[in-house]
Amino acid sequence: MNTTAETLAPDEFEREPVPPRALKGPSSFWGMYAGEHTAGTEFMIGPLFIAWGATAFDLIFGLLLGNLLAVLTWRFLTAEIATRHRLTLYYQLEKICGRKLVTLYNLFNGVLFCFLAGAMVTVSATAVGVPFGDIIRMPTFEDTMPTGVMWTLTCVVIGAAMTFVAVRGYGFVARIGHLAAPWLFLVFLACGFVMLGKLGTVNLFELIRPEPDAGGRIGFWGVVCFSWFCNAAMHLGMSDLSVLRFARKPGYGWASAAGMFLGHYIAWISAALLLVYWVRAFDIDPAVGAPPGPMVFDAVGWAGLLCVVIAGWTTANPTIYRAGLAFQGMAPKMSRGTATLIAGSVCTLAGIFPAFAMQLLNFVGLYGTILAPMGAIIAVDHFLGPRVGIRSPAGTTATPFNFAVLLAWLIPVAIALWLVFQHDVQAFFLPLPAWILCGLLYIGFARARQTSTLSTAPRQSR
Amino acid sequence: MKSLASILGPLALAGTIVPPLLFLLQLMDEVPMKWIMLASAILWFVSAPFWLRGGAEPAPAPQDPPSNPT
Repeated sequence: MNTTAETLAPDEFEREPVPPRALKGPSSFWGMYAGEHTAGTEFMIGPLFIAWGATAFDLIFGLLLGNLLAVLTWRFLTAEIATRHRLTLYYQLEKICGRKLVTLYNLFNGVLFCFLAGAMVTVSATAVGVPFGDIIRMPTFEDTMPTGVMWTLTCVVIGAAMTFVAVRGYGFVARIGHLAAPWLFLVFLACGFVMLGKLGTVNLFELIRPEPDAGGRIGFWGVVCFSWFCNAAMHLGMSDLSVLRFARKPGYGWASAAGMFLGHYIAWISAALLLVYWVRAFDIDPAVGAPPGPMVFDAVGWAGLLCVVIAGWTTANPTIYRAGLAFQGMAPKMSRGTATLIAGSVCTLAGIFPAFAMQLLNFVGLYGTILAPMGAIIAVDHFLGPRVGIRSPAGTTATPFNFAVLLAWLIPVAIALWLVFQHDVQAFFLPLPAWILCGLLYIGFARARQTSTLSTAPRQSR
Repeated sequence: MKSLASILGPLALAGTIVPPLLFLLQLMDEVPMKWIMLASAILWFVSAPFWLRGGAEPAPAPQDPPSNPT
């Protein structure tokens, strides 16, 4: 879910450090992180692990390690920088690479978020479609195209409703998301309990054993990297500077553990058990899978359907709103309503195509790979700066469009996309290599730029 | 109202998680479990606004990047 920034980062201190009087206590962060990471998409991710041949060992220990690494990244990277400078990602980047490049980066954010919101529309549609029975053909993991007219109509209605609410206002949905968070997590947990009850054992090692032909597409390190980097844009990519700049001390970065170990550990394993049960009870091919709506309805009834819809809705709505703001940043003369309408339309269109939801593991990896490297620019600026010979740390660069940063960002992203699409490398392995390469290239380009500036300056002065 | 909600809110959360736990322990059947969970969901959304802190949240500023998707 998506409530942290809105709650902790009110519409102030956008272009100045957060003053001491506005800092928040630790409970705000623990509560917000716990609620933020229980979204509708968790119902997809758990079963997809099973479909990709993860074993109980991969899930139990891989998620443990991956989530721990994510928490450490938040604590020792994001929180350190956030509490030192107390600026938003946007403003800190703007000081380094110029406003125009940041606007372009935010546009990438907006487009990718439209697709992610589309995945949430897809997940919600699988729940809304349950009462209609066979009238709506639900998509499976193998579907990438719309499954029929009724499916398309369902997605259009849900997407239109979400867009309408996003255009009309923001506070109501944010409030529902805030209120729903503890209940949503318990419904996830309930799904796990019910599935264990139906499966007749609590021994996960006995339950989660992929078929030999599952192929082991993800494995232990795949699970580790996915859980570490599924939020790469937030920690490595520094989006959560906007949140953690309100923390009194860097130690508040540990609060991310609440989100990781409740939402990305317990909720994912609970959701995974849904498919484990369906494979055994209904002889479903795990690679084909089953849509989350019917699985959750089978487990916990109408409360489960409500959970899927609310979890999808409360996450997708602020996402559409924010994507609209990103589009508006590109065309300031456009009204916020029009921009949100465009974002909602893109999101609805994406939701009709199940590809985004059914390929969520790769898509989330791709999203991290594209957005996270920009965080390396800030990390280099903060931790290395003058030590590596960069003499223009944040605050002294006046250029509106820093090409050194643009190249340092685009080159690793282009290489990563080439590896994904030409060599079938799974995208969730790539955010960290891309991040490191971006940092190194930035050092090289920035130093080269400075050298050329120095060599031309005396001639100009002559 | 707040004091009533402070009783009903935790009750609704308990009604969401205790029946599945009882089902796991084979102390409750599936059908009543599902109905109690639905009733608890309704109870939660009626009582939580009075029980939980946090009012209407301000909209994000254009300067903030989108937040967490998963």
